[in-house]
Amino acid sequence: MNTGIWTTIVGVACVLLVVALWTTHANQVAADQGAKADEGEGQKVADSHMDQWKRKNPQEVDDWVAAEKERHAIQPPADNSDLLKGGQGEGHTYGQYTERDLLMWARETEKMAVEGSRIFHDATALGSTVAVSCDMCHPDGANTHPETYPKFQPQMGRVALLRDMINWCIQHPVRGERFEPDDPRMRALEAYIYAQRKGTALNYGKH
Amino acid sequence: MQPKHKSVETKYMAERQEFYESLKRLDRRSFLKVSAAAFGAAAAHGLAYPFSFQPVSVAYGAEPQGESGSFRFAYISDSHLYEKDINDRFVRALMRAVDDVNNMDPQPDFVFYGGDLAQLGQAKELDLGAEILGNLKAPLKIMVGEHDWYLDMGEKWRALFGEPIESWDHKGVHFVKLLSIIEEDFWTARKMTPMQRMRTVAGLDNGLQRSFTVGEQQRGWLKEDLAKYADDTPLVVFSHSPLYKLYKNWNFWTDDADEVQAILKRFKNVVVIHGHTHQMLTNRIGNIHFHGLLATAWPWPYAPEGMPELTIEMARPDPFNPQDGCGDGEVRVHPDGLVDKVYNFWNRNPVTVGRAYTSSWGKEAVPPRPNRPSY
Repeated sequence: MNTGIWTTIVGVACVLLVVALWTTHANQVAADQGAKADEGEGQKVADSHMDQWKRKNPQEVDDWVAAEKERHAIQPPADNSDLLKGGQGEGHTYGQYTERDLLMWARETEKMAVEGSRIFHDATALGSTVAVSCDMCHPDGANTHPETYPKFQPQMGRVALLRDMINWCIQHPVRGERFEPDDPRMRALEAYIYAQRKGTALNYGKH
Repeated sequence: MQPKHKSVETKYMAERQEFYESLKRLDRRSFLKVSAAAFGAAAAHGLAYPFSFQPVSVAYGAEPQGESGSFRFAYISDSHLYEKDINDRFVRALMRAVDDVNNMDPQPDFVFYGGDLAQLGQAKELDLGAEILGNLKAPLKIMVGEHDWYLDMGEKWRALFGEPIESWDHKGVHFVKLLSIIEEDFWTARKMTPMQRMRTVAGLDNGLQRSFTVGEQQRGWLKEDLAKYADDTPLVVFSHSPLYKLYKNWNFWTDDADEVQAILKRFKNVVVIHGHTHQMLTNRIGNIHFHGLLATAWPWPYAPEGMPELTIEMARPDPFNPQDGCGDGEVRVHPDGLVDKVYNFWNRNPVTVGRAYTSSWGKEAVPPRPNRPSY
């Protein structure tokens, strides 16, 4: 007798639970579909709000990439648009790219070179104690010949990489503290110097 | 314990040390012998550039007097001074140049300063420059560079040195000094402060600025100034920027150069001497012969395109050799108005680009070519 009542109660509870879960899930699906339908509209609204805010707060908008590119000519990164043409490979994901991938690569890569240009042209960012910046001897990154490294430099007593020569310049003509090899400023400087020498064949060891 | 293996650089440093030690042991007489021998050896090879550690005695100011009627003036240019306590190196470089010129015997007729005395056109920088140049024994003629000008648009410079544009006659030669670094207003629309304007112009590769010009007004002045002179008057023109179009991105360029050249064209021989490019630079357009000046502060690389055929590029400056590629020099002006231009490199042998070289379009009296590319 007791067992029968309990069985009924548990059975009803289970049914109620299933119904409740189902309802929640169904509501979620409906909500998702609604959001998808409005995604384009929503983005527009968000963009217009952002634009409004930028116009109201021009001092907060720091488009440093555009500003630096206006001041100093920086070579663009390689054009990868060939990758989008034709057979993108079958059966494996590597090599399957979209325009979005290409845009992201170009933007991020260039940003690093642009940051390098900013530091290259700024004695304070370089930590110079004598107000000397790289561009004073190397306009547009000229005469840095990164393609010739690594090469043996007896004056340094070692085989120098580009970063060693950058550090030599930072310590001597610029009279600053050397950067660690992994310092974001060093990485950016290397990016800018390589970018400016785009298209030159590598020739390590050349003096 | 001594390591058995010595690396190349250890040997190199040891040889270097030994060389300097041996120099200390020499008395004066033997030192002169060594110098003469080394100089002779270099001359025999036709080399303009000394090998490392070779003591080369530079017979500065002791060259033959030249044909009668010629005279010479010394030049110093592009010192880019900051205040003394910000950067002592540029200050010492200018002092070295002043010493060089003061040691010339006989003294030059005058000393020409080619512009960019200051780095950011500040009063303290220009005052410092005036103080150092005040030690020159010979009279000074000084020209404006863009670094002297764009903080206060020449106010301080004028107060110290007078007119930025002038002409004078000296021993039958007519000299003209121009203000060739006039840029169109790019700063008002951008609401730049004077210092922002100065820093923009001070960046050689800064694309916000405009091209240099002489300008219509000054061209009018030039025409009028030259009207009194016959076509065969020897004429020497000074301009900070080269008065031709070499490389626009770095303002190795004067935008109205063609118009200025048209005014100079009627003269039989014209020499234009310019600063700004910090390197050995030679060009000839028709009857106009162009010579660049060395800087005391730092050398510039050569423009990546458009190099004049007559230019013999100086070898790439050695980054491990401070002041390599820098220096000063002198100009011997001949009665025909053409010049022998001497590049007195501080850490290399001097190079003369003679009038025979430019007047023969580079066929005769070719200055020695360096053994390394300039990059």
